[in-house]
Amino acid sequence: MNSAFFLALRRMRVPIIVLIVIYSVSVLGLTLIPGVDADGKATAPLSFFHAFYFISYTATTIGFGEIPNAFSDAQRMWVTVSIYLTVVGWSYSVITLLALLQDKGFQNTLTTNRFSRRVRLLKEPFYLVCGCGETGNLICKTLDRTGYAFVVIEKDELRVQELDLQDFKSDTPALAADASQPGNLLLAGLKHPKCRAVLAVTNDEDANLAVAIAVRLLNPAIPVIARARSPAVAANMASFGTNHIINPFTRFAEYLALAIAAPEQFRLIEILTSLPESPMPEPHRPPSGYWILCGYGRFGHALAERLKPAGLELTIVDPDCSPDEVPHAIRGLGTEAETLLQARIGDAYGIVAGSDNDVNNLSIAVTANELNPSLFVVARQNHNVNSALFEAYGADFTMIPSHIVAQECIAILTTPLLATFLLQLRERDEAWSGALVSRLQELHEELTPAVWGIRLNISEALSVYRALMQGQKITLGEILRDGTNRSLALPAITLLIRREDEDILLPPDNFLLAPGDQLLLASSLSTRRNLELTLYNPNELDYVLTGHEITGSWIWNRLAASKANGNNTTR
Amino acid sequence: MNLEKVIFGFFIVLAATLNFGFFIGDIDRPELHHVYELAAALVVSLIATALKFGDRTQIGAIHLSTSLVADLQLIAAAITWAVAVHVTGEGMTPSVMSSVVSLSGGALFANIVSVIILIIETVMLRR
Repeated sequence: MNSAFFLALRRMRVPIIVLIVIYSVSVLGLTLIPGVDADGKATAPLSFFHAFYFISYTATTIGFGEIPNAFSDAQRMWVTVSIYLTVVGWSYSVITLLALLQDKGFQNTLTTNRFSRRVRLLKEPFYLVCGCGETGNLICKTLDRTGYAFVVIEKDELRVQELDLQDFKSDTPALAADASQPGNLLLAGLKHPKCRAVLAVTNDEDANLAVAIAVRLLNPAIPVIARARSPAVAANMASFGTNHIINPFTRFAEYLALAIAAPEQFRLIEILTSLPESPMPEPHRPPSGYWILCGYGRFGHALAERLKPAGLELTIVDPDCSPDEVPHAIRGLGTEAETLLQARIGDAYGIVAGSDNDVNNLSIAVTANELNPSLFVVARQNHNVNSALFEAYGADFTMIPSHIVAQECIAILTTPLLATFLLQLRERDEAWSGALVSRLQELHEELTPAVWGIRLNISEALSVYRALMQGQKITLGEILRDGTNRSLALPAITLLIRREDEDILLPPDNFLLAPGDQLLLASSLSTRRNLELTLYNPNELDYVLTGHEITGSWIWNRLAASKANGNNTTR
Repeated sequence: MNLEKVIFGFFIVLAATLNFGFFIGDIDRPELHHVYELAAALVVSLIATALKFGDRTQIGAIHLSTSLVADLQLIAAAITWAVAVHVTGEGMTPSVMSSVVSLSGGALFANIVSVIILIIETVMLRR
């Protein structure tokens, strides 16, 4: 039995005993006091049965009257006393029960119980998302849209309530609790056999670290992905074997450096790692040469560290920057023309507005653009609420930390093969990347494709697996057909096929599939559902491969088979 | 000494003794088994049950279950009595009296188990 029930019983102990005593005293009194008949002669008192019946309907204020006979005055006196007694007893019980229901602790127990029961009953694999701020929310939305189950722990009760209001397709268990406490993680299914991975994306660095450590110690078998803003915390996490540490600042700095060095390759990575079916990112072509960097905090440091090796000349503008630390640094916010002119803005090719204040960043960008209209502007957007402002301004490149973390989490979680692919494409040249980018853009003009993986095994692709095990030869091009009309090719690109330890990049259409192959594909979500059905349902697969429509029923199949045999023998 | 323990032990033993008092005597003779004794046994047994609410330990759970058994048996006995006297009108014949008393005998057994658990609990206590 759950703890809420025991808590209720414990609190109700006294009221229930009071009620029992009041009832027994009242009933006992009625069985002792003599009654009276129509002639005024004394009769025997009520029996226990009648007395209990009378007290039951009187105490609950139903009041049928004096049954079975009219009472004597002595009985009426006693009944008057018992009416008041029982009403007091019932009120006491009801009030105690109501107070218990409104009790904060009791309600917490109830919600916690409900949450842990729902987590326990989860049958499909799920992800545990710790922290549901801007990043967490974005991750949850994408997981929901792509059809993965997840459980949320968030410290802020308001955010959990907001989560209930969002129209998630699946019914998501969410708990308002501190994720840094291991007990709450266990409650949310850390040791659940279906828990696939843990994401530590709270706003609090220490909480993320605590989550990473707890997962490592309590369930070392599952991966943990953590966000870290400062290098110290990241190093600490790494020392605990955190599988993947995402620092949005370094990641963006790497992207920017790559965009300068190899724009096509960067664009390919950007499209592949973006959230599925989000607007297609604008092509970024940041120029090389002289840049101004406004804001020299953690983001500024990460940028400077990676842009200088890329061959950029940087001038740093920061209000707190000491000249000893960085030579040629200019003190100031960068929001006023004077500082920017001092930083030789006329000669600059690009500027990074990278402080931790959104309004200042916009101000820097606008001022810089007025002074030098051809400038390439990189703006850092710290909060989602300011999206409208940044969109209206339209910087050449906007850096949104929550997006970067969410994108990377989704990419790592849902498609483990993608990391391999991204590593391999770094060895390819720009023309190769450019060709693939234009193919990806052909899939859909405005939306990015979903990148997803499937393994040709029993659980994920039953029908193809069986056909392949029976020795049927199936090429990649044959299964990439539309299940509703097989004359149409599915708009999907196979990026990678992994067979045992071998990786085949961009396999051709006549590639022969084998059981156990892992495929990495890029397509829209609807194409994904189409193909998944083909790969799983034998009838669908048969149609796609041969064009025959087969019903699933056994009798019909036998009839069709015997008919075919008959035709063969007559021939 | 702990007042809560005193009250707890008092009600458990009282439930058993009252039950025993009702049970003792020839099983089919109504004049040896008074209805007030049955009523008292039932009420005290109910109070003892309520006192056992909310204990989450293993021994607490067994305590509660034995009490629930005793309640069930005594309520069944009371209903049998009421049905015989008021519904069918056959009165307290030896056969009805025997079934009422044997039901209370079952309750007595549960109550004795309850008392034994109480004793075991006390023996195990180290403070």
